[in-house]
Amino acid sequence: MPKTDFGPPKYTEMLPPVIKNNYGKWKYHETVKPGVLKHVAESGDVLYTVRVGSPRLLSIDTIRDICDIADKYCDGYLRFTSRNNIEFLLTDESKIDALIEEVEKLGFPVGGTRDTPAGKYALSNIVHTQGWVHCHTPATDASGPVKAIMDELFEYFKEMKLPALCRIALACCANMCGAVHASDIAIVGIHRTPPRVNDDVVRRTCELPSTAASCPTAAIRIKAKEKTVVVDEEKCMYCGNCYTMCPGLPLFDPENDGVAIMIAGKVSNARHPPVLSKVVVPWLPNNPPRWPEVVDVIKKILETWAANARKHERIAEWIERIGWEKFFELTGLEFTHHLIDDYRITPYFYSSYRTTTQFRW
Amino acid sequence: MSETPLLDELEKGPWPSFVKEMKRAAEKNDMAKDALRLLERSYKDKITHWKHGGLVAVVGYGAGVIGRYCDLPEEYPGVAHFHTMRVNQPSGWFYTTEALRKICDIWEKYGSGLTNMHGSTGDIILLGTTTDNLQPCFDELAEAGFDLGGSGSAFRTPSCCVGPARCEWACFDTLDLCYNLTMEYQMELHRPMWPYKFKVKISGCPNDCVAAIARSDFAIIGTWRDEIKIDQDAVREYAKNGMDIKSEVVDLCPTKCIEWDGNELKIDNKNCVRCMHCINKMPKALRPGDDRGATILIGGKAPMLEGAVLGWVLVPFIKIEPPYDEIKEILENLWDWWDEEGKFRERVAELIWRKGMREALKVLGMKADPRMVKEPRNNPFMFFEKEELR
Repeated sequence: MPKTDFGPPKYTEMLPPVIKNNYGKWKYHETVKPGVLKHVAESGDVLYTVRVGSPRLLSIDTIRDICDIADKYCDGYLRFTSRNNIEFLLTDESKIDALIEEVEKLGFPVGGTRDTPAGKYALSNIVHTQGWVHCHTPATDASGPVKAIMDELFEYFKEMKLPALCRIALACCANMCGAVHASDIAIVGIHRTPPRVNDDVVRRTCELPSTAASCPTAAIRIKAKEKTVVVDEEKCMYCGNCYTMCPGLPLFDPENDGVAIMIAGKVSNARHPPVLSKVVVPWLPNNPPRWPEVVDVIKKILETWAANARKHERIAEWIERIGWEKFFELTGLEFTHHLIDDYRITPYFYSSYRTTTQFRW
Repeated sequence: MSETPLLDELEKGPWPSFVKEMKRAAEKNDMAKDALRLLERSYKDKITHWKHGGLVAVVGYGAGVIGRYCDLPEEYPGVAHFHTMRVNQPSGWFYTTEALRKICDIWEKYGSGLTNMHGSTGDIILLGTTTDNLQPCFDELAEAGFDLGGSGSAFRTPSCCVGPARCEWACFDTLDLCYNLTMEYQMELHRPMWPYKFKVKISGCPNDCVAAIARSDFAIIGTWRDEIKIDQDAVREYAKNGMDIKSEVVDLCPTKCIEWDGNELKIDNKNCVRCMHCINKMPKALRPGDDRGATILIGGKAPMLEGAVLGWVLVPFIKIEPPYDEIKEILENLWDWWDEEGKFRERVAELIWRKGMREALKVLGMKADPRMVKEPRNNPFMFFEKEELR
């Protein structure tokens, strides 16, 4: 019997000496230049971090190249961030420029940082899901649209010229493994047509009561005699939850699947409490390989915000100040009936629960 | 003529290309080659070509491997099965190159050579291998000290922010708590036995760098209760260097509890809600206080099924110290209740909505606190216990 349940390596084995020596004793940090952070410890020790954007999907040979650089400049230590950036950790300031040159030669950009004291912010990496690369329920690809968007917004990653933080995220279906629903800008894969019942597959592979119960709008009715289900197309909102439960209910549609754009969410408690994103574009087509319609809308939203927001004002805060009608006017996006909520179930009492760590003692 | 004309378009442009990565792996691996060809097919057809997974696992585990099969196995035999292995990352995603190279070597031997660093939940994702390779791959990963992460209706791999390893604002040791909970709940992590998934994420301060409030059923977010520490000289230094403290700090404080007279910064800490803005703005001058701990928020999740949820306050303040028994007691009581009462595929938020906070607080032995709500209810229809009646 092989060993089991031994857990991950202990983090202490992975920390460079400067971190071990100053663990929990950091005094302050500053941003030296775009992509480079300097952390100063109570002891006076200094740690430099070089932040590097990555496509998240990495081949082992590229990881080895990254390791070579970390061996050469960082005594063999590095980390990744919650937004799929790579961070090189080093103590010798004189090595920073050579490291940057080598990383960029590999094709990986240095950037994605912010200088809050100066009020200058770069765009960080987009967090995203698997999409067509490896997922069985996506309504769009993930890596492709992200690559196309980041190509277009590249300058904002490299330079710190946005007025505040802007977190972009993409989820290829409403299951949202990427949990994009509290992002400044979110791209969400959606379906627009009901599942097509494959009676044979339903009979062979699906449990009928749990399939019917999986529908949030009660659109699925069991046909007990035929051992299958019917979908009420008037009630279906194409969430795809039934397909997750039952492979006999596919709802993929090359021409009608696509993405919705949601904005003005945030998770940080800074200034404004955390808030969920809202839909501002109901649907854009899947237009591979570069999703030009999606890229255009994202760029328009980002640049309209950047041109009109005050310092430190995230999209949610900006729109709270100017009003949604002004947002639609400034961006030229069309406000349609789709954007008015008619999803029946989020309980009304939840709106009075406190969803922030902001309180008084 | 290229076999992948559509994907080739995504090799262009300044942002690093995942297509280049897939091609690089495809040069020496047939699984990666067919994964690339199949993706081109999806780009042409505008739909996915991956099917629902069957049950695949390694000996002794019910989680950590995601079964994945392609729907065109004859045309793309290299990805007829192409399972994902989720490998539990070290806290804070710190690595030695030695450890990373070991993973690469093992994945070169047994898998496609494609990875995600990292998946959304935080695991190292080893993308694509055959059913036969799963066990030997796991055995070598185990030898190298790497275990599998969670999947299915299990405790999902916890993740945490960089915390005290490199951040002056960490209000507790996020890396250690993350490691400790992961080790304590190996059984729950590796053997799905609950109504649905359960995610824990840990952020050291209210900036919430791992988005715990949105992405976890149980968000542990650092905070403090006493006074923000001020270095007045450093404040004056910021002012001297051109920072407009009035407009960028004082005016942006959500509770207007800061005053600045050009010489001294005064904070009315009784009215501070610890949002972090002033501290973010002046890291050399301001720091969280000393009475540090965390807020626990419950219920965060994506829109499926009953709509998107930001976690709401369950425990306004809790001290976070090893061996973390208090947190574990809350988790275990919550799981017992959810396991007993939760419906199939009902997240903990949805259970609480169905049963009421009243019931949740009773089960957890907690008292209601005004910090749990934005405002009291606006209707007079309340449940009363028999004991409360006269």
